[in-house]
Amino acid sequence: MTTLRAAVAAAWLGASLPAAAGIPVSHFVLDNGLELVVIEDHRAPVVTHMVWYRVGAADEPPGKSGIAHFLEHLMFKGTDEIPEGAFSRIIAANGGEDNAFTSRDQTAYFQRIAADRLEMVMRMEADRMRDLVLTEAVVAPERDVILEERNTRVENDPAALFDEQRQAAQFLNHPYGIPIIGWRHEIAALSRADALDFYRRYYAPNNAIVIVVGDVDPARVRRLAERHYGPLAPSADLPPRQRPQEPPQTAPRRLVFADARVRQPYVLRSYLAPERNPGQQRRAAALVLLARLLGGSDLTSVLGRALQVDSRIALGAGAFYDASSLDPSTFSIWVVPAPGVSLAEAEAAMDRAIAGFIANGPDPAHLERVRTQVRAAEIFALDNQMSLARRYGMALTSGLTLADVEEWPRLLQEVGAEEIVAAAREVLDLRRSVTGWLTSESEGEAAQ
Amino acid sequence: MIRLVASALMLIAAMLPARGATEAVEITSPGGITAWLVEEHAIPVVSLAISFAGGATLDPADRAGLASMMAALLSEGAGERDAVAFAEAAEALAARFSFSAGRDSVQLSASFLRENLGPALALLHDALVRPRFDPAAIERVRAQIISGIRADATDPDAIARRRFAELVFAGDPYARPVDGTEASVAAITRDDLLAAHRRLLVPGRARIAIVGDIGAEEAGRMLDGLLAGLAAEGPPLPGPAAMSLTGGVTVVGFDTPQSVVVFAQPGVARDDPDFFPAFVLNHILGGGGFSSRLTAEVREKRGLTYGVYSYLAGLRRADLWMGGVASANQRVAEAIAVIRAEWARAAREGVTAEELEAARTYLTGAWPLQFDSSAAIARLLVALQEDGRGIDYLTSRNRLIEAVTLEDVNRVARSRLDPARLRFVVVGRPVGLDPEE
Repeated sequence: MTTLRAAVAAAWLGASLPAAAGIPVSHFVLDNGLELVVIEDHRAPVVTHMVWYRVGAADEPPGKSGIAHFLEHLMFKGTDEIPEGAFSRIIAANGGEDNAFTSRDQTAYFQRIAADRLEMVMRMEADRMRDLVLTEAVVAPERDVILEERNTRVENDPAALFDEQRQAAQFLNHPYGIPIIGWRHEIAALSRADALDFYRRYYAPNNAIVIVVGDVDPARVRRLAERHYGPLAPSADLPPRQRPQEPPQTAPRRLVFADARVRQPYVLRSYLAPERNPGQQRRAAALVLLARLLGGSDLTSVLGRALQVDSRIALGAGAFYDASSLDPSTFSIWVVPAPGVSLAEAEAAMDRAIAGFIANGPDPAHLERVRTQVRAAEIFALDNQMSLARRYGMALTSGLTLADVEEWPRLLQEVGAEEIVAAAREVLDLRRSVTGWLTSESEGEAAQ
Repeated sequence: MIRLVASALMLIAAMLPARGATEAVEITSPGGITAWLVEEHAIPVVSLAISFAGGATLDPADRAGLASMMAALLSEGAGERDAVAFAEAAEALAARFSFSAGRDSVQLSASFLRENLGPALALLHDALVRPRFDPAAIERVRAQIISGIRADATDPDAIARRRFAELVFAGDPYARPVDGTEASVAAITRDDLLAAHRRLLVPGRARIAIVGDIGAEEAGRMLDGLLAGLAAEGPPLPGPAAMSLTGGVTVVGFDTPQSVVVFAQPGVARDDPDFFPAFVLNHILGGGGFSSRLTAEVREKRGLTYGVYSYLAGLRRADLWMGGVASANQRVAEAIAVIRAEWARAAREGVTAEELEAARTYLTGAWPLQFDSSAAIARLLVALQEDGRGIDYLTSRNRLIEAVTLEDVNRVARSRLDPARLRFVVVGRPVGLDPEE
């Protein structure tokens, strides 16, 4: 079985690794600095067109939290050529769908549309890259929309409020401690001028990556890109992406977030963790495998097996790790205790399970199953244009190169049990952690 | 951060018919099981979706949540394997299964690597036909479900949906929460689960779609093997639900900063001659993402919400024209007033020729975009079968939308939109709303 799997892996991954499982990927850079990645998928006459900017919430000026996300909303308002409010309407009237998202290190805009409309969406994205028009009349209601978005995502959800507090405690100095959507009082004060300052500085061809996935010919995509994106002037004052970095973290932090709406308490601990870096991805690959081994499934992971199946201390348990990040990110572990089990008992059981893993290392059969699933995920990913585009966009806006993207699946197969245990020993260090309890008010008072 | 509430899009996706370009064929297995098949050999993946009609509607009155718990336990131990061994076997094959129960059906969605197809299907066959319902697995899953029910008790979205169902479907199985209550889930026994398994997984009531790297003959044999051993018949399915939908506002007091609103009026059945005009009308009114009237008036002009939408909800036994919005407690009354005004304006004045043209172009042109993965296509093809569409619908669908005229849409707007019968269920501490029950 093992040899069969190894042979299968080699076949899947391909000897020369041209790209994920051998799909055709092309890469160009225009004279003005705009980068292009084209991935061919000829199964249907459809194209996904994404523009990724190398700017996100962690690049915001102090006191202006939420401006990256606010600008993302305002980008749909209009340009010197596109009338106010017409951007999405034009896409829809051509049978397409569009949207956008803001993250800590990147902001991305996308359209999914019939492949013969690619030139139209390129012209529109190129237009709003430099020629956005904003009036006070559109800015004020959109700020209210964002306050309502914050209500929906955060204020109405105690788990999200808890997560904001935990993340803020995790980062002593780095802006990753500030929520992407922004603190409420700072969102309320964001202005048209704040949005335009941010826009003029960061939205430019030398700070953008265009990713096209679909039924297209790469040479033609290049010609279209040269025609529409090529004439755009680069930004002259693009700052280097250097954010304030973390000092040594030397003391474990703990917090209890109490909210009357909480009916199911849980404990969640995050640790500061290294991220994928260009040419240096082995430790991040080890952490990806570690997260899956510790908490990748309810029944078969280390935490699931020990806490849900054997001791029945927990109703749920898991681990997750954010590998694609410009600066160091987090590795997190959580446990939802069973009725009658306290958060303290759940946390103690979680610590025993982690200590046991570090002492014994992974079960070889378990590691092999995890690798099989990681390999299969490569194949399943080919089935969805957005997931392919995101893989490249996330990596290239997180400081990685195409070579890193291509090497990544191989590393996930290569990194061994010893490296995984060494990564666990290094990263799962309480001094760089925040342990948070989410609980209802009464229990919160009891815990203090 | 995606700009639009994704669930609104997913709700309408289920009712959009298939694009003409997809080559789906109806196949019949040697054993007589029919399914829709899309062959796609570019990627070595096979996806399967099955929907067994019945679902939570067939739960006994004092066992609400039974179908849901039974579905959750199918992959928690089957055949020779206990829950852990079953999960390990699925992981070793990289096979992905998910089972769930809704009001009207029990659903399976599965994706396999082509090279593991045989052993993965054998495993899935065990889950469908030979689930063990081991006591340890039952207790573990029961505790998880009860935890979820407790969490829903303070989730404003869940409170709104539950209250709406109780109000509109009082006395009907649709009034009960699909996952049940703490008491009803606590009462479920292993015998109940075995009975629900026999009652609900009936191949004669299955709608099936297969998409991916497989041919018709092999797919037919696969289905016969997969479903062999299931009960031949189930209890009769109940007729249309009794619905009592009166206009007004129901307030459920709950301490949270933003009120969550569910609203509805009577809907339009999938087989009603008014369905396509109503579908196009809804797109213009509240279904069209950023370009709908509700989004323009409630979100873009007034900044009252992050998301507002409407859709034609086709439950198997009832049809509703539904919608949702969420707005800060002190602003939600205005959001509701604007929605009512837009509903009334559409009923009174209809839509313009320009709006109709934009809606038709979008709805016909965007169709291929729904097909973004084999698993998604399979689920969509099953939903179409549930709606009673024939396979010819895949090619006729866009013509049906093209055929909708301005007169059709405006006639349906006048005759079917009924602002006086809009019921709003509001969860929060809304300011300035009179709770007229």
